[in-house]
Amino acid sequence: MRLKKIKFSSLVSKEWLNHFGKTLKYAFYVIFHPFDGFWDLTHEKRGSIGAANFLVAAFLLLNMLQLQFTSFLVRNINLSRINMWVEVASVIAPILLWCVANWGFTTLMDGKGRLKEVYMGTAYALTPMIIIGYPNMILSNFLTIEEISFYSFFDTLSMIWFVALLLAAMMMIHDYSLTKTVFSSILTIVGMAVIVFILVVFFSLISDGIAYFVSLYKEIQFRFY
Amino acid sequence: MRKIKKLGSLLVAAAVALTGVLSIPSENVFADDANTTYSYTYDIWGDFQSSPDAYRATLQISGASVSTEELQIGNFIEPQGQFVRGNKLFVCDTGNNRIVEIAFDGREYKAVRVITEITGLPEGEPAELSKPYDIYVTEEYEMIIADYGNERVLHVDKDGKLIKRMLTPDVTPFNDPQNERKFQPQKLIMDTAGRIYVQSEKINKGLLEFDIVGEFTQYVGASPVTFNMIDYIWRFFMSEEQLAKLDKFVPTEYNNVAIDSEGFMYVTLSTFDDNDFMSAKSVRRLNSTGSDILVRNGNDPPVGDLKWNNAADLNGPSRFYDVVTFENNSYCCIDQTRGRIFAYDFQGNLLYAFGGTGNRLGYFRKPVAIDRMGESLLVLDGLSSVITVFEITDFGKLINDALREYQNADYDKSAEYWNDVLRLNGNYDLAYIGVGRALLRQEKYSEAMEYFKAKRDRRNYSKAFEQYRKQQVEDHIGDLIKALLVLLVGIWLIKKIRKIQKEVRECD
Repeated sequence: MRLKKIKFSSLVSKEWLNHFGKTLKYAFYVIFHPFDGFWDLTHEKRGSIGAANFLVAAFLLLNMLQLQFTSFLVRNINLSRINMWVEVASVIAPILLWCVANWGFTTLMDGKGRLKEVYMGTAYALTPMIIIGYPNMILSNFLTIEEISFYSFFDTLSMIWFVALLLAAMMMIHDYSLTKTVFSSILTIVGMAVIVFILVVFFSLISDGIAYFVSLYKEIQFRFY
Repeated sequence: MRKIKKLGSLLVAAAVALTGVLSIPSENVFADDANTTYSYTYDIWGDFQSSPDAYRATLQISGASVSTEELQIGNFIEPQGQFVRGNKLFVCDTGNNRIVEIAFDGREYKAVRVITEITGLPEGEPAELSKPYDIYVTEEYEMIIADYGNERVLHVDKDGKLIKRMLTPDVTPFNDPQNERKFQPQKLIMDTAGRIYVQSEKINKGLLEFDIVGEFTQYVGASPVTFNMIDYIWRFFMSEEQLAKLDKFVPTEYNNVAIDSEGFMYVTLSTFDDNDFMSAKSVRRLNSTGSDILVRNGNDPPVGDLKWNNAADLNGPSRFYDVVTFENNSYCCIDQTRGRIFAYDFQGNLLYAFGGTGNRLGYFRKPVAIDRMGESLLVLDGLSSVITVFEITDFGKLINDALREYQNADYDKSAEYWNDVLRLNGNYDLAYIGVGRALLRQEKYSEAMEYFKAKRDRRNYSKAFEQYRKQQVEDHIGDLIKALLVLLVGIWLIKKIRKIQKEVRECD
């Protein structure tokens, strides 16, 4: 039996790949020209969901690799206590919650952005975390305890850069002023907490409901046997 | 195919059986009869790790067991204090208003004397002891007795004749008419200069210091007032009655005092809030000005248990009631919450912990005092009124040897002992770091790094790594320069080629 040769090009079209590469490359433009870049990202369609997904995946991978490969001088982690899925959730959940909560609030506050665009903006804002994070992780293994401040410096730098980009993204996507952006971002964080709270309440309610029917069934069972 | 599989499984089975046979230990250097251990340590993550016993209970001394034909001693009643000098053990049999002197002849503990009253007191003062709480014995066998019931401290010679006495000092709060406190000495020690330090009941100003002639001089080592911002805010909303009940703003009182071979005082305290146990500093080492100089370089401060469950209704943090010090600056604290003994080295690392509550040998109901005679530990139980004798095991000796060699700066020898410790207990964190230190000194940096990394010793790892990195760079500097040169030449070449290509294109 001869295996059919599966060509890569038959899975993804060449045009799609071209578009993906272009939109991904655009991330480098965005991080140095945030206002201009984020405006064009959605309004001129220079970004893509595919590239955004790729960036989020790269960020997720970075977070997972950091658990294992960051020097223990920086992050002293007991690997036997780490649960992969919890770690994955702790990266993905805040991003998704942010997008949903932000979209929810900005819809009420004359925001122009759609959920798709909010997600794209957030993902592109992660770029500095990714491009600084990977080399920094490797760098941490070549540092002594006194030189840890180099690592912390780059870590903090990437964080500040990310927050600034995120604000710029929200400003451009929703066509907001700076004050309105900051205000809506604070509201978004409150909204994230509310969503988590409602989820917890919902889950406990469901489990109580199920427990009720289970006990009802058992009660009936005892009656008849 | 199936046959191969079968053969494979057979081979595996044979291999398992063989290794089972071969792994029977050929040498049994550290053979120990008993197979029950109840010692443990906490690892770097604060998790419980079982450990071989460093001390093993061998004997219980009671009033009946020390009685001889000439000297019948009934059972002790609520004994509160003891002291060891040489081979003599002095027990404060508080409930019987007496002090029992017990001698150890290398085999047996036998009573030699009972002190119930002293001579040479001025007219009108009671000669009998009343509830003696604690005793200190000098090298000349002079005794200093905390005569709790008679509110005095007595300094008597070895025949029980008074040398000096210390009565209620004329300072607050003893002379305060509104808030009168009695002078009820509970614990005491004498320092090398002959000064006596007394801990009196319900006194939170520190230890009372008496000079060489028995005059009160000052309070020493009061623990600093604990201040809590939230409590402070609460006070604004409290009624007068509630405020009166609240006594959070007074310093905590010590419950015991001991002296180490260098003349520093160790104190313990147990009146702290359950949640503050990590920061309460329940064992302290005081210098002459009364400040705490205990070294706390361990992963966790010396606080006893780090975690506990609610087993047998015993909850809450460890509460230390006595401390005994060793020549190598290790010390053992005794905890009344769960009846355990915690040993710490001079850096504050937990060496081992053992004990528990119960009636079996090696367990306590209410341990009140711990002392050592030679290498054995004597623990006095105030409820079951017996003294438990613990003998050191080979494992405990190895740890002591390793610590001693380390303090003598013989790191290689220390590492040999640590390696032996590791053979008995592969979970002993200090041993890994000890071996790592020796490797570091022998300039085996990458091996040292492995040992330090395994036990997350950041500082030592960093030291080893710095040397390793330097070594690697020095060894490979030639290669590095070559690589750099190749890279530069490569870039230059590529540029050149591009330029030529461009020129060619332009020509076309």
